Amino acid sequence: MATVQKTYQEINEKIRKGQAVVVTADEMVHIVRKKGTERAAREVDVVTTGTFGPMCSSGAFINFGHTQPPIKASKAWLNDVPAYAGLAAVDLYIGATEPTFDDPLNKISPGNFDYGGGHVIHDLVAGKTIRLRAESYGTDCYPNRHVELNVTLEDLPYAVLCNPRNAYQNYNCAVNLSSKTIFTYMGVLKPRMGNANYSTAGQLSPLLNDPYYRTLGLGTRIFLGGAQGYITWFGSQHNPGAPRLASGVPAAPAGTLMVTGDLKQMKPRWLQGTSFQGYGCSLAVGIGIPIPILNEKMAFHTGISDEDIMTQVKDYSFTRPEPLARVTYAQLKSGAITVEGKEIPTVPLSSYVRAQEIANLLKQWIQKGEFFLGEPQHLLPTVPEDDQSVLDPSRQESPPLA
Amino acid sequence: MFSKMLVLRFPREIVDKPIISNLVRNYDLTFNILKAQIYPRKEGIVVLELCGNQKDFKRGLQYMKDIGVRVEPVAQGIRRDEEKCYQCGACTAVCPTGALHIKRPEMLVLFESERCSACELCVKTCPARAMIVTFDKVLDI
Repeated sequence: MATVQKTYQEINEKIRKGQAVVVTADEMVHIVRKKGTERAAREVDVVTTGTFGPMCSSGAFINFGHTQPPIKASKAWLNDVPAYAGLAAVDLYIGATEPTFDDPLNKISPGNFDYGGGHVIHDLVAGKTIRLRAESYGTDCYPNRHVELNVTLEDLPYAVLCNPRNAYQNYNCAVNLSSKTIFTYMGVLKPRMGNANYSTAGQLSPLLNDPYYRTLGLGTRIFLGGAQGYITWFGSQHNPGAPRLASGVPAAPAGTLMVTGDLKQMKPRWLQGTSFQGYGCSLAVGIGIPIPILNEKMAFHTGISDEDIMTQVKDYSFTRPEPLARVTYAQLKSGAITVEGKEIPTVPLSSYVRAQEIANLLKQWIQKGEFFLGEPQHLLPTVPEDDQSVLDPSRQESPPLA
Repeated sequence: MFSKMLVLRFPREIVDKPIISNLVRNYDLTFNILKAQIYPRKEGIVVLELCGNQKDFKRGLQYMKDIGVRVEPVAQGIRRDEEKCYQCGACTAVCPTGALHIKRPEMLVLFESERCSACELCVKTCPARAMIVTFDKVLDI
């Protein structure tokens, strides 16, 4: 039998005819176990993935339209949340973690961070009216120095979600070795390893299903915030050189994505403002990526299960810098892990329920012929497969900060 | 043994009466106070777990009602906004009673209000701010 080789065009043609075989990454685990990679590659065309969790490096470009008289906004606020206005006249960037200008922050610790940029984005997508305020120093061509407008997403001439770092390929499991409760971007961590928080969808997570980014790059069409969006570049802190298991799956935070999509098409269910006590505001983003099964290798990678994916347990209290242990996602999902002889309850921050919903939605879109694969025009930076630095347990990786 | 988590609201006229001590002495009930507060207009609120045999429990409840204490189950004053909750599980880190817990392997985050002790730790731990506590917000007695 010839080896399996499929092209994007062939799979898209099958989608057009309603003949493509599409399964979720959860289903693919069982298919590969039962039929092996060769048969799975032959039978399955697309594996859908999903993730839904807080992704701080998110935000939106907004153009609010020229006013009369015109203004070159130099400072701007959306519902009192500062937006970056150092762009052309009425262009802004609203970042997910920006709190309202008068938020008490951590002055009384831990702060609440009830409202911020992520909430503004959610409110826009939910169709709510946003108070926009802009100030300027006035120029001959833009004499206006102050505008206040009530705007909705519909009113805005342009609104694009543009997230410079999303969908982290694996992430730390966080514990607290100190004697005090700490409040982190990984949630509340109780003292003396009272809980272990993790934030990855495991076997459903997009980048864990294509560990070498063979099908991911500029132009890959994805589910983003409930609409169709794109991978537009590799994300900030993209680190393909992270230690990998023999299967190729990184055992620590590794690849990241920059993603872009039309905010006007998105849904509030898939872009939700979040508040992390003592840390700040963020945006929970729903992302789903279809992985084309171009060959047997892609069947192998998408067939990987929670038992085969590991991450490192890190202390977030700055007591011990080295990873305390390595655990599998199967262990994390079981509800407890054992670290240095102590059983610790595990706490997910990424919603597995929503991740499944995304993978299933994307599967339906493809099956109905509403979503076609986008062939990447420029792949993400990666590492050669044969030259991989297979994980050395003694190797110490310093964690990236969120 | 019968046990229930209750919210007691005391109007200002009786806020200085030894009501809980009477529950112990006259009705043979035991209690565990989780929260107690007197508001500026002198109304009081107590969240407690009340235990005893069912007959005594009923009589104790009647005694409180007769003297003007408003008694509500805690569950009535705490709910989850199902629209906002995106089923992550962050709340389960702090919930002391297991009222918020994860059903595995589905990874569904469940809220059983009968097990809730009204500690309110989940309220600010929830990234989506989906937990809504109303029992101590409005006092119209």
